[in-house]
Amino acid sequence: VTEPRSSESQPATVVSRRGLLGASAGAALAGAAVGFGGGYATRAAAAPVPDAAPATAPASLDASIPFRGEHQAGIVTPAQDRMHFVALDVVTKDRALLVDLLKKWTRAAERMTVGAEAAPGGVVGGGPYGVPQDTGEAYGLPASGLTLTIGFGPSLFDDRFGLADRRPAALQELPAFRGDDLDPARSGGDLCIQACANDPQVAVHAVRNLVRLGFGVVSVRWSQLGFGRTSSTSTSQATPRNLFGFKDGTRNIKAEETQAVDDFVWVAPSDVPGAASWMAGGSYLVARRIRMHIEVWDRTNLQDQEATIGRTKAVGAPLGKEQEFDEPDFALQGADSEPAIPVDAHVRLAHADNLNGVRILRRGYNFTDGSDGVGHLDAGLFFLAFVRDPGKQFVPMQRALAEKDVLNEYIEHNGSALFACPPGVREGGYWGDALFA
Amino acid sequence: MSFVRTTSAFAGATGLLALAACTTAGGTSGAASSSAAAGGPIAVQATDTQCVVTTTTAPAGTITFQIQNTGSKVTEFYVYGAGDRIVGEVENIAPGLSRELKVEITEPGTFTTACKPGMVGDGIRAPFTVTGSAQPGSADQKVAKAITDYQAYVAEQSTELLTGTEAFVTAVKAGDVSKAKALYTPARVPWERIEPVAESFGDLDPKIDGREDVVEEGLPFTGYHRLEKDLWVDGLKPDSAAIADQLLADVTTIVEKAKGVEFTALSIANGAKELLDEVATTKITGEEERYSHTDLADMKANLQGSQSALEVLRPVITERQADLASALDQAFTSINQALDQYQKGTDYAPLTELTPDQIKDLTVKLDALSEQVAKVSAVVEAGAGGTPTS
Repeated sequence: VTEPRSSESQPATVVSRRGLLGASAGAALAGAAVGFGGGYATRAAAAPVPDAAPATAPASLDASIPFRGEHQAGIVTPAQDRMHFVALDVVTKDRALLVDLLKKWTRAAERMTVGAEAAPGGVVGGGPYGVPQDTGEAYGLPASGLTLTIGFGPSLFDDRFGLADRRPAALQELPAFRGDDLDPARSGGDLCIQACANDPQVAVHAVRNLVRLGFGVVSVRWSQLGFGRTSSTSTSQATPRNLFGFKDGTRNIKAEETQAVDDFVWVAPSDVPGAASWMAGGSYLVARRIRMHIEVWDRTNLQDQEATIGRTKAVGAPLGKEQEFDEPDFALQGADSEPAIPVDAHVRLAHADNLNGVRILRRGYNFTDGSDGVGHLDAGLFFLAFVRDPGKQFVPMQRALAEKDVLNEYIEHNGSALFACPPGVREGGYWGDALFA
Repeated sequence: MSFVRTTSAFAGATGLLALAACTTAGGTSGAASSSAAAGGPIAVQATDTQCVVTTTTAPAGTITFQIQNTGSKVTEFYVYGAGDRIVGEVENIAPGLSRELKVEITEPGTFTTACKPGMVGDGIRAPFTVTGSAQPGSADQKVAKAITDYQAYVAEQSTELLTGTEAFVTAVKAGDVSKAKALYTPARVPWERIEPVAESFGDLDPKIDGREDVVEEGLPFTGYHRLEKDLWVDGLKPDSAAIADQLLADVTTIVEKAKGVEFTALSIANGAKELLDEVATTKITGEEERYSHTDLADMKANLQGSQSALEVLRPVITERQADLASALDQAFTSINQALDQYQKGTDYAPLTELTPDQIKDLTVKLDALSEQVAKVSAVVEAGAGGTPTS
């Protein structure tokens, strides 16, 4: 992965715009040094600098996040800075092998989220003639806020594993949207694992070791690395910027908004009666790989950029307002008697007020997958959202955006997937145990 | 790890340390007689800061630890040998729980016990001494037989290699292109079955089996693949007959050397794995047979060679880890069935006719097999103590 290391961004704002990195002065400086991709030097920056930690510092970047609980971690968990996402297809028809893998995965995942090896003594404990059970690249690194979140795709509920009648009604393949240019090799999958951490090495290690445990049972269909979070999922985090240079997800659902989380993120028991009840307490994950034509964007003047997004670039205030968290006023008119926030601006189309009050929890990441062979960066936003019902939340939102959003001139959706993330793992349980019970 | 050791590394197989370790949760272990040797379980009290092992010495045999977690964190208990090799471990001991660990230690020496509260770090360690005299491992006879059997297999394949190459060379020298093409793959099958043996003989391997890029290393392009290019692409050249003569001379030399190689259980197991690595890196990519595209036949031969090597080790594997033996069988069956779809008479379809999905299907099955085969070396190399499952 190639990170853009723009030297043109303004260091003065870099320091303050990434609250997560504000955990230490060293981290903030590292963010400034690398510019917009700020925080790339997380590994070095993650070293605790107790004296410099402000009183309101969020949890340590090194800390371990509990694996078990009512809901899976990695959804309302304050978004970590790094991601490795993998979609897999099941290559066996043997249900028992799949269940056995889910148990093995659970054990390894729980171990890795506390910073332990994937298996006891996994690095060297097997002796000189044993193949190490842990690949070793995260040996000695802290837990780094690692979360591992599993999801089940619609295709898992075909006739292979006897799950057809357990498919929740809301788990339907996403419809085609205007402007989609989907690549089957970047779309779909029977299963997914989202690994997020504050150290990319820790996230990649986790996926690598889980994939390895799965050979013969699952095969990787596609995977995506993300290098900078593009959403805040907690009020303790500052709003980050996407690769267009704008603050993104200011209005995102935050973990602290417990009512909104219940209304829009977690699947309620009444949503999934009968055979689909295993999904209660879970959430649907929508993944979209959104390529940004960033070279075209970069040649667009500031006024057009701001009109496209509907916010100011520096502060992130809705057009016509002063502060980032000011409520947008869609009726407000500018000096030219046109709406201050244009009718086709992104923020207008995506706002809950214009979508019958519907909201989503966004948890996406910036990505850069090298270049495209004609001299442009293959970069964009790996959009991730967690919703209670994709058909009622993501689909109408994306339909509105796909039809009108002027931002479409600069983006292209080329990967898409939907997964049902089951509820959290209880003591003694394993990933998806209620589904396979 | 080299496939061939001309000096015997067999000694490594005699000093058994840990054959097995298992945690029992009220299980029906048939090891009652051996556990008596240890004289009852050794109590271990694990807290968040301490690891109190009540007895720090025990006679060789089956040693039982009873671990009580009186701390507040999930803990683990380990018995390590030299170099932090795990002799036995029990994980996921929740606060308040008591778990049992049985380890079979057949050789005296100094070991290390460790509790690992919170599952991370080096743990709270203490030395542990095993007394008495070493007990011979019961698998030694089986290992010795496996080595004899594999030597016989290599000798048989070497003879086939020589015979097949003679016929191929004769056809090339007679200028009979179609016959030479028909004899090319059969000549190479025994080579591909024992390839790691051949590869251990330094410069003979590139002379016999080098691809065109050997010229980058300053070597002339000779051997099977030079003749492959002549036969399939360029047509026979004035020096093709001389190349054929040299190939036969080199194969004759390597066959003599191969018959003298001494093996160990470890080298046989590593060879079985290396044959699959060959499939992954040069066959399924089409690199090996880039002019004739007969890679699938090579792949089949690599699989056969790997399976034969593991077959001689089967009694050892079965005794020590029976479920691995059946997992190997299943994985071989799966990939062989997938590959045999492309069989046409005695030949295989050219690799270039396969679709990307078909290549992926073979790769998925090869990965599944390779993961299992990779486990064999620790199982057959007694003393390596394959990590027990708990």
